[in-house]
Amino acid sequence: MIEAKDIRYSYVNKVEALKGISITINDGEFVAIMGQNGAGKSTLVKHFNGLLKPSKGSVLVDGVETTKSSVAALSRNVGFVFQNPDHQLFSETVEEEIAFALKNFGFTPEVIEKRVTWALNLLSLTQYRKTSPFLLSGGERKRVALASVLAWDPKTLVLDEPTIGQDHEQKEKLRQFIMQMQTQKKTVITVTHDVEFVAECNPRVVLMKDGKIVADGEGKEILTNPTMLELSSIVLPQIAQVFNKLAPLGFPKDVIDIYEAKQIILKTKEKAL
Amino acid sequence: MSIFDGLRFRKVYSPIHNLDPRIKFAYVIGIFVVAILFYQIIPLLILFLMQIPFVLLARVQRQWLRSLRGAAFLATFIFVVNVATTYFTSGYHLTAVNVENAGAMTLRFVVLVESFSVFFLTTSPDHLGLALEESRVPYEFAFAFTTAVRFVPVLAEEAQTIMDAQKARGLELEKGGLLKRIRNYVPVLIPLIVSAIRRSLELAEAMESRAWGATKKRTNLYALKLHRGDFALLGITAGIIVAAIYIHFFVHIPTIAQFF
Repeated sequence: MIEAKDIRYSYVNKVEALKGISITINDGEFVAIMGQNGAGKSTLVKHFNGLLKPSKGSVLVDGVETTKSSVAALSRNVGFVFQNPDHQLFSETVEEEIAFALKNFGFTPEVIEKRVTWALNLLSLTQYRKTSPFLLSGGERKRVALASVLAWDPKTLVLDEPTIGQDHEQKEKLRQFIMQMQTQKKTVITVTHDVEFVAECNPRVVLMKDGKIVADGEGKEILTNPTMLELSSIVLPQIAQVFNKLAPLGFPKDVIDIYEAKQIILKTKEKAL
Repeated sequence: MSIFDGLRFRKVYSPIHNLDPRIKFAYVIGIFVVAILFYQIIPLLILFLMQIPFVLLARVQRQWLRSLRGAAFLATFIFVVNVATTYFTSGYHLTAVNVENAGAMTLRFVVLVESFSVFFLTTSPDHLGLALEESRVPYEFAFAFTTAVRFVPVLAEEAQTIMDAQKARGLELEKGGLLKRIRNYVPVLIPLIVSAIRRSLELAEAMESRAWGATKKRTNLYALKLHRGDFALLGITAGIIVAAIYIHFFVHIPTIAQFF
């Protein structure tokens, strides 16, 4: 469980990026943190594995205050995948890249071997095992970065903009993968601008603006509220846009799911016939 | 990375910012030469204090202090090495003069950092490039130089992100003996270099698609012209150099230790 209590954070240049944030993320939750550029999303999630320590307030990860622990120790439970894979890839082969963190955490060679194979398989990277990560495409590099974190099987996973540069198929795989993590009762926290991706996953949505949380609730509720989204410069997901336009005809407004939309349309059609 | 902060230009209007970069550079080089000329602490101290009015006039004191703080580690290192070598080479014997000399060497370094910091804090990369061009440096080189200067803070920021990313994968930079600690930086340096190369390739493509090098003779939006203040600074620089040479050859410089 992650608990942030009224945290404030200022960068060296005196810019206050977080202005009093309180949030509790329970085990097994899937949370999407959204908001415009500079809203403080990345700053907030960097507090969850101790990369940043709050200037005021406190962050507790499973009851441990982040100021009293090291990033390495906290990372064992909170895996953080950075937005740009090029900020972490350095090994000669994909295999070594994935083994890097496992070595840092002191796993035995047998376990490392097993975990690397598992992670490669999970993200369909097995064929690149001996390839240099620098020779892979952008999307593949991103998956290597993700695999290198998943390999140690952290309890909580923080994904910073995971859908950038991914084609539709990979996005779908990512979504399925997050769902799979959910069935294993893992916590997934993602920072994203991708409304359609969030709409498909329907997680808990936390909306941020100017270093504050402006909304926190079910995806379906927040992503269908135009006034609230406008506040954070986010557009409605396409399905919600359509249903918003159809509202005067008696359609419900709070639809973000394709299957739900299909059902509603079919039902209306039946009635009309 | 605070040492880089001291080199980062911020747009402020002050008499120092408006000075011609060529003259400012001549001044910095002047200070540089004078600092190398002396190994006694008193002239170096004077040299150090002489910069302060410039800093105040340019209103960059905060960034300037930050760059000095960034240099503190290296300065301490220089001081310790100097004291240690005299201690060990003079047969385990240390006098006040030895310490003073070590202080002087450190101060020399600080003066160099200080003057370069003032120069970079008050000179925009554009002016710098212009100055190089006007000094007949081929535009390609001038551009490469200004781009390098401009990218220093970007790289510093990137280095920080990379360190964060590797720390999040359990890397402990401060762990282990000296050799291990140096090895710890491999996972930071490789991504930094790779991404710098990648960035430069991208920049080259972007430049070419904006007609880089299309004509032999480029025109400039701004032109450099010498004003009264520039001549004044040139005079000051010449004065400092002449005075320094005179003092160096004809004046006996006391040590501080002599006064006690």
